[in-house]
Amino acid sequence: MTDAAQTLKQTPLHARHLSQGARMVPFGGWEMPIEYGGLVSEHMAVRTAVGLFDVSHMGEIEVAGADALAAVQRICCNDASKLEVGQAQYSGLTTPRGTLIDDVLVYRLADDHFMLVVNAANIAKDYRWIADEIQPVGDAVAVNASNRYALVAVQGPAAVETVQPVTGVELSELGYYRFVTGEVAGQLATISRTGYTGEDGLEIYLAPQAADRVWQALTESGAPLGLVPAGLGARDTLRLEAAMRLYGNDMDEETTVLEAGLGWLVGWDKTEFIGHEALRDQKAAGVGRRLVGFELVDRGIARPGYPVRVDGEVVGAVTSGTQTPFVKKAIGMAYLPAARAKADTEFEVEIRRRWARAKVVKMPFYKRQGS
Amino acid sequence: MYPDDRKYSKDHEWVKLSGGEATIGITQYAQEQLGDVVYVELPEVGRAVKRGEIFGTIESVKAVSELFCPMSGEVTAVNADLSDYPEVVNSKPHDTWMITLKLGDPSEAEGLLDSAGYQASLG
Repeated sequence: MTDAAQTLKQTPLHARHLSQGARMVPFGGWEMPIEYGGLVSEHMAVRTAVGLFDVSHMGEIEVAGADALAAVQRICCNDASKLEVGQAQYSGLTTPRGTLIDDVLVYRLADDHFMLVVNAANIAKDYRWIADEIQPVGDAVAVNASNRYALVAVQGPAAVETVQPVTGVELSELGYYRFVTGEVAGQLATISRTGYTGEDGLEIYLAPQAADRVWQALTESGAPLGLVPAGLGARDTLRLEAAMRLYGNDMDEETTVLEAGLGWLVGWDKTEFIGHEALRDQKAAGVGRRLVGFELVDRGIARPGYPVRVDGEVVGAVTSGTQTPFVKKAIGMAYLPAARAKADTEFEVEIRRRWARAKVVKMPFYKRQGS
Repeated sequence: MYPDDRKYSKDHEWVKLSGGEATIGITQYAQEQLGDVVYVELPEVGRAVKRGEIFGTIESVKAVSELFCPMSGEVTAVNADLSDYPEVVNSKPHDTWMITLKLGDPSEAEGLLDSAGYQASLG
């Protein structure tokens, strides 16, 4: 083992991944399972049955105090005042330029207590930013609680059926982007109707020492329903089909919320938040470039980093792209000049020194039935 | 696991020799490392390839890998079925050929491994 590998963090489910034959890779400072039996079969299981993911590498930053709502309202672009206790919201941590420090899920745990779920690679950066930026607000404190949580995701049409036998919580009453505290396999848990796959599903926040028992119980409960453990490989292809952005690929501190096509998570009614002036100006003037979804017209697979050109001029690179297992097309995302971002517009992607034709398509690439 | 009727390269290709021709595919080990194959790009018939040269590309969902030619020669046929059914590379790697070559220098086969030697090289 190299020095680099020794410094990688391990989740509480690490030994279980090894015993289940996972291929482990470094990701965001963690040693994580990329696949178990095969990416395609894991992807298909989530689309047609149910998959079990360890996403304990995700970070949790709590903001609490009498002015916690004001603090969250300042640092996040979405309007957290719309959240009831027990409700979650997709949001962004924005810079004064309206670009993204991270994309986050905001949970309202209590009137004056929020939890922000952040990307693994950004935990330290986000925590510093949040702690600094909420200082002027008043009575609010940020705590990096990432080490206190393990997180497993149960995703797929049979997700509820998998979890229901091992919890007393009535899951049919748990709405989309709602969460509740209860027991799973006898362990205290926060159960959230959320996910990153484009399927129905639950994300279960646990104490680290509870994770293995819950994983085992879910594995047994889901077995008759076709449950398989699924790795980060399938998580990536699933989220891409569902057109969910990946921070660091599809958006970063150089792309604004609007350019990333996430205008729907800007709380325009809020009076003030970091980046609101820049975003209002950009909205009024119009964006110069926009993240689009595309599929290849010519044969091949477009992958992240491959150059993109419009009318013979290189304008950027593919941000996400692969051949996806369910849609069975070579799809991806890229930033294009706004004037050329309409559906059916053709452009080119360089695949191994050859320019392949691609065309803009509406996202998402996949939408589950009934959604 | 690795049939005795052919030779193997250190780049994890198998080579079946017959007269002055070679039929080439990738090994069970190679397909396991790649994972689910979704795309195979092969050369034009008639192209001259040298030993060690890249003759094609194989892509799984997560990765791109080059195919290195284990011997020199001229491409006489490519397996067109792979464009529609690339997944057979995973299910039957040793029954799935990619290209055939008219060999330029049949003695290059001496540089290849036999079944036992290849197996041993995998450790």
